[in-house]
Amino acid sequence: MSGTFLGMPAFPEAARTSVHNPTLRANIRHATHTIRTKRAAAVAELDDWAELREAGKQIKEHTLRHLDRYLVQLEEAVTAAGGTVHWAADADEANRIVTELVRATGESEVVKVKSMATQEIGLNEALEAAGIAAYETDLAELIVQLGEDRPSHILVPAIHRNRGEIRDIFRREMGRWGRAAPDGLSDEPAQLAEAARLHLREKFLRAKVAVSGANFMVAETGTLVVVESEGNGRMCLTLPETLISVAGIEKVVPTWRDLEVFLQTLPRSSTAERMNPYTSMWTGTTPGDGPRNFHLVLLDNGRTDTLADEVGRQALRCIRCSACLNVCPVYERAGGHAYGSVYPGPIGAILSPQLRGTQSEIDASLPYASSLCGACYDVCPVAIDIPEVLVHLREQVAEQPGHRLERAAMGAAAKAFDHPSVLAAGQRLASLTRRLHPSKLPGPGRAWSESRDLPAFPAESFRTWFKRQERRKREEGTR
Amino acid sequence: MSSRALVLDRIRRALSDVPATDPPYDQAVPRDYVREHGARTPAQNVDLLAENLADYRAHVHRCGPEGLAELLARLLDEREARRVLLPAGLPRELLDAAAVEVLDDKTGLTAQELDGVDSVVTGCAVAVAETGTLVLDAGADQGTRRGTLVPDHHICLVRVPDQVVASVPRALELLAPTRPLTWISGPSATSDIELDRVEGVHGPRRLDVVLVRG
Repeated sequence: MSGTFLGMPAFPEAARTSVHNPTLRANIRHATHTIRTKRAAAVAELDDWAELREAGKQIKEHTLRHLDRYLVQLEEAVTAAGGTVHWAADADEANRIVTELVRATGESEVVKVKSMATQEIGLNEALEAAGIAAYETDLAELIVQLGEDRPSHILVPAIHRNRGEIRDIFRREMGRWGRAAPDGLSDEPAQLAEAARLHLREKFLRAKVAVSGANFMVAETGTLVVVESEGNGRMCLTLPETLISVAGIEKVVPTWRDLEVFLQTLPRSSTAERMNPYTSMWTGTTPGDGPRNFHLVLLDNGRTDTLADEVGRQALRCIRCSACLNVCPVYERAGGHAYGSVYPGPIGAILSPQLRGTQSEIDASLPYASSLCGACYDVCPVAIDIPEVLVHLREQVAEQPGHRLERAAMGAAAKAFDHPSVLAAGQRLASLTRRLHPSKLPGPGRAWSESRDLPAFPAESFRTWFKRQERRKREEGTR
Repeated sequence: MSSRALVLDRIRRALSDVPATDPPYDQAVPRDYVREHGARTPAQNVDLLAENLADYRAHVHRCGPEGLAELLARLLDEREARRVLLPAGLPRELLDAAAVEVLDDKTGLTAQELDGVDSVVTGCAVAVAETGTLVLDAGADQGTRRGTLVPDHHICLVRVPDQVVASVPRALELLAPTRPLTWISGPSATSDIELDRVEGVHGPRRLDVVLVRG
């Protein structure tokens, strides 16, 4: 994944910083609450939502279970339509393929449509190292790029910025990259959008190479689909001579007809619209209309490891709508950056540790970045049981070295529960000394109790209370 | 081993738990959802299309074939449009009443040339009532994809009720995947500033839709 996130502190540490940033919390709270209500209304318009959700889940699940077959079919269809298909086992290989394709055109700049896959592999950094400038054209990506910032939301990467901050970034940075922000730019969203339009237009009009992702790829027809709002996607997909699309292998669906499900569920789940303003679909190349050269790079980069886990596999059903982020109480408070990945929020907490493995501190901590409340599962349009995968990943993390203390504690608890006299003695001792209990645990338990208040210890244990009640009943009965 | 072979091999090993008897596609995917929501007459679908288009800030107009040239002239005049792109498949007479220079895209206008075009008038392949969507498939009355993208003003003609379908599933049934398709629902917009919708970014900032009675 992107080098940008290397050396990230573990989730609890990163979250503590953001929880204490009132501007950040207010920005995220405002945005997520706005979209939450709208999404619920957009979903309520369709009385067959449950059936669409089930169909979406099963289409994706079936495709994953026969992924090799559908990818080969997709490759044949794209090739037959005039495209060229490349396979990349990891991020480095994907970056190398794209860099070479751009070099072959003789160009030194590319325009980009917002794409999670290219963020995941750190393509912009790789292109920059090769002397190729990559311009992000999605408004939020532009804000992130100009602000030398990191994305914090799947759909709206600059969700952590409010309008005032965006205006300041535009005023300060636009001139360094191209056309400067208009004089007297206010923080009105319409004016900010206008500034982005003017700044990017000159780049669109001269661009010879574009890089995109894909929301869906249809195996039977070789059609790629990009869903967007602003028109920057259409600009990149139709104006340049060469188009390079980088897509994860899990983005394939079997048939044209399958789009009838996702084109109904994706816009309503992500921007809470009946339909997003623009959706582009293209199959290879079309003479006289759009790019003359089309390359598709199919990306593994940890997806096959995820696929091998029968429980964790369902994370690959994700269509990147970000509904789970918008309803998550942990995301709302911690913000996207704390997740240390381009995939934040509940889906990120199960995707990142599977794509990257759980060896690093941040990835080992992500499965714990949840209260398991289940709101993410309820809103997911492909019914990914995120809490189930979180618990499954916690088990894996707990099995690996580095969790000795937790296992020792659990082992001691097991011993106590197996020996009632030990348990009773311990409970009596705890009750008798409860005035002396600290609010945080000392020593190795400190980390655990840092983000929790220890429960007040009852004056007596349930077992003692029960025995006392029984005794009283007996005494009353004999009276 | 090539990366293609490597990735396919990894996939096959990852899926060793999937039995040969795994249900085929037709049986694996339940299609219990509806083909369209509610029962509407063709005229009601046209009304719903108009309502949903307007909800996303498109400007909707209705007219018969006889009033079309006059309406187009008025819409172009309101925008002070001087140079107008008209695809080869639409009759030149449509713009007879308008005091504009008419361009066709036969010579393949460059992006820079298109940037100097004020308005574009096109037809469409199909329109979706439930979502307020126009679908363009680069037919002769629509022209290339960039022609409806770079100019800041798009006037789209929809023949009603023939070109209006109820729902997304109905639209996909009629469309050919081999053609480049653009689905348009209102003018260009963004939700990137505080997740609030703002109209007008890179695509045409004004979208006029004319529902033309057949």
